[in-house]
Amino acid sequence: MAKRIDVADLNIYYDKTLAVQDVSLSIEPRSVTALIGPSGCGKSTFLRSLNRMHELIPRARVEGKVMVDGQDLYAPDVDPVTVRSHIGMVFQRPNPFPTMSIYDNVAAGIKLNAKRMPKSELDDIVERSLRQANLWDEVADRLHKPGSGLSGGQQQRLCIARAIAVQPDILLMDEPCSALDPISTQKIEDLIGELKADYTIVIVTHNMQQAARVSDVTGFFNLRGVGQPGHLVEIGDTATIFSAPSNKATEDYISGRFG
Amino acid sequence: MNPSTRTDLEAALSDRPLTQGSLPRRAPWITLAAAIVIGLVLTSFGVATGLAALVTAVLYGVTIFAWSLAVEGPRKAKDRVVAAAVTSAFLLALAPLISVVVTVISNGVNRLDAEFFTYSMHGIVGEGGGVYHAITGTLLITAVATVISVPIGLLCAIYLVEYATGRLGRAITFFVDVMTGIPSIVAGLFAYALFALFFGPGVRMGVMGAVALSVLMIPIVVRSAEEMLRLVPNELREAAYALGVPKWRTILKVVLPTAMAGIATGVTLAIARVIGETAPLLVTVGITTGVNMNPFDDRMATLPVFAYRQFSSPGIPPEPAIDRAWTAALVLIAVVMLLNLAARLFSRLFAPRSRA
Repeated sequence: MAKRIDVADLNIYYDKTLAVQDVSLSIEPRSVTALIGPSGCGKSTFLRSLNRMHELIPRARVEGKVMVDGQDLYAPDVDPVTVRSHIGMVFQRPNPFPTMSIYDNVAAGIKLNAKRMPKSELDDIVERSLRQANLWDEVADRLHKPGSGLSGGQQQRLCIARAIAVQPDILLMDEPCSALDPISTQKIEDLIGELKADYTIVIVTHNMQQAARVSDVTGFFNLRGVGQPGHLVEIGDTATIFSAPSNKATEDYISGRFG
Repeated sequence: MNPSTRTDLEAALSDRPLTQGSLPRRAPWITLAAAIVIGLVLTSFGVATGLAALVTAVLYGVTIFAWSLAVEGPRKAKDRVVAAAVTSAFLLALAPLISVVVTVISNGVNRLDAEFFTYSMHGIVGEGGGVYHAITGTLLITAVATVISVPIGLLCAIYLVEYATGRLGRAITFFVDVMTGIPSIVAGLFAYALFALFFGPGVRMGVMGAVALSVLMIPIVVRSAEEMLRLVPNELREAAYALGVPKWRTILKVVLPTAMAGIATGVTLAIARVIGETAPLLVTVGITTGVNMNPFDDRMATLPVFAYRQFSSPGIPPEPAIDRAWTAALVLIAVVMLLNLAARLFSRLFAPRSRA
C-alpha cells in the first residue's frame, strides 16, 4: 500500500506531437500531490501516463522513466493491465457502470477480473470501500439499485469506492470535483484528506483553492507558448508554492494575473 | 419613477403591442372541412380521387394562407402553409402502407381459420389446406440464418469499434456497405453456387436458404451493432481499464451489456427485414407441400415462397389458392409486425435504467 513515484525525464507524445516535455519529479507515499496549470498544459496527459492509460489512445507513446517503488512502469515486460490494477484512477465526470447496481459497481474491479471469493468477503470489501468513500450511510439500504440513480456527488464517491475496492497503491484523480457542486466537492475533499492515510494520491485540479486545501505538494504545469509542449515549471510544498513561488509564471498564475 | 415617466412608458408600450390578431382555434378544421367537401363534390362529378385529393390539399393551403395573412400576418401564414405541406407529405407517405394493410387484411381474412394454421398442403387439391409447413419452414430457416449472422455480425462490429485501426477497418466498413446493396437474388444464387460446389447441381436444403439470408442479414447486423457500440461512452471503457480489467473482459462485461438493448433491437429488425425475402429462398430452398423439419435435407416451404407459388400457379379453380396466398401474406405481415413489437420490447427491457 501507498508507494512512492519517481518520474525521470518523461516525454509524452500524441503520435508525433510532443505534448509534455521533460518532467522529473518525486512523489512521497501517503501524500497528496496537486497538479495545477492552464488548460492544455498536459496535466491530465501526465496523470494518465502514471497508470499507462495514456497509451490507450492510438499512436500515443511515452519516453522516459516512471518508477513506482523502484519498478519501472514502462519496462518492456510490464503488463499495463497489471499496472492499472495497482494504480487506481478517478475521472472528471462520474462514470459508474450503468448496467450494474451500486454493489456491483463497487465490486466491479473484483467481479470483472473474475476473481473468486466468498460472498461474505466480497460483502466486507464493498462495505469497507463504501465506508471509506463516506457513501455507506447514504446507500446502505439500496445497494442493489442501479448506480446511475445516485446524484452526481454520490456517483463520484461511488467511483472512488470502486477505485479503492481493488486496494490500489496509488490513486490518481483527474479533476474529480469539476462536475460537482460545492457541498459534494467539500465531501470529496474531506475524503481525500482521509484517504491520504492509506494511499499516495495525485490530483489534477483547475481549482487553486482546492489545491491549496487538499494537497501537501503542488506542481505547476505551463506552456511556453501556443503549440509548444507543456512542462513542469516547479513543484514544491503547497504552502511555499502558494506563498512564495520561485518562478514568475507560477506567481502570475496563482495570483490570477496569468496570460 | 415619477408618474409622468410611467405614462410615457405605457404610451411607448401601447405602440408595440404584444397581442395580435389570430384565427379562431377551429379555423384549420373549418377550412379543411370546406376543402374536403369541395373535393368530394369534384369526385361526384367524376374527377379521379387522386386529383380530387390534390385539389383539396392545394385549396386548403391557399385558403388558410390567405385567411391567415389577412388576420395574423405573413409569418403565421407561412407557418400554417408549411404545416399543411408537411402533414400532406406525411399522409402521402402513409397512404401505401394503409392501402397494403387494408388490402391484405380484407383479402386474407377469408382463410384465417384454424385449419390454415394446423394443416400443410400435403395431398390438398383445390380448397382447404394450410401453411403449417410454411410457418415452420420460415421459422427454422430464419432461426438458422440468425444463428449464422449474429455471431459473425456482432464480432465484426466489435472488431470495427474496438480493435480496427486504419486500412483494414476502412476496407471492412466499405465491403459491409457494398454487402448492404447486394440484390437478394444474387445472395440466393451465391448460396446455390456454394452448395452446388459441394453437393452437386440441383441440391435443395433449408440451410442453403439460411446462408442466403445471412448474406443479406450480416451487413444489417454489423451496421446496427457498430452504431450501438459506438454509442457506449468511452468513459466506461476507461473506468474498466483503470480498474485493471483486460480489454476483452471490458468488452464482454461492460461494453456489450451497456449496448445490449440496441443490439437486440437491431438484430430483431434485421430478422424482420429478411424474413419476407422470396427470391433467394426460391432458388435455394424451393417449395414443398409437406412438413420438413430438417433444414439439412431437401426442400422446405416458407411463407413468402408459399404465397408466391399459390399465386403464380394456382391450379383450377384458382380461387382457393389465391385466398391462401393472401392469407399467407397476412400471416407474414403479422409476423413482421410482431418482430417489430418485440424489438421495441427489447429496447425497453434491456435498457440500462437509472431507477428500478
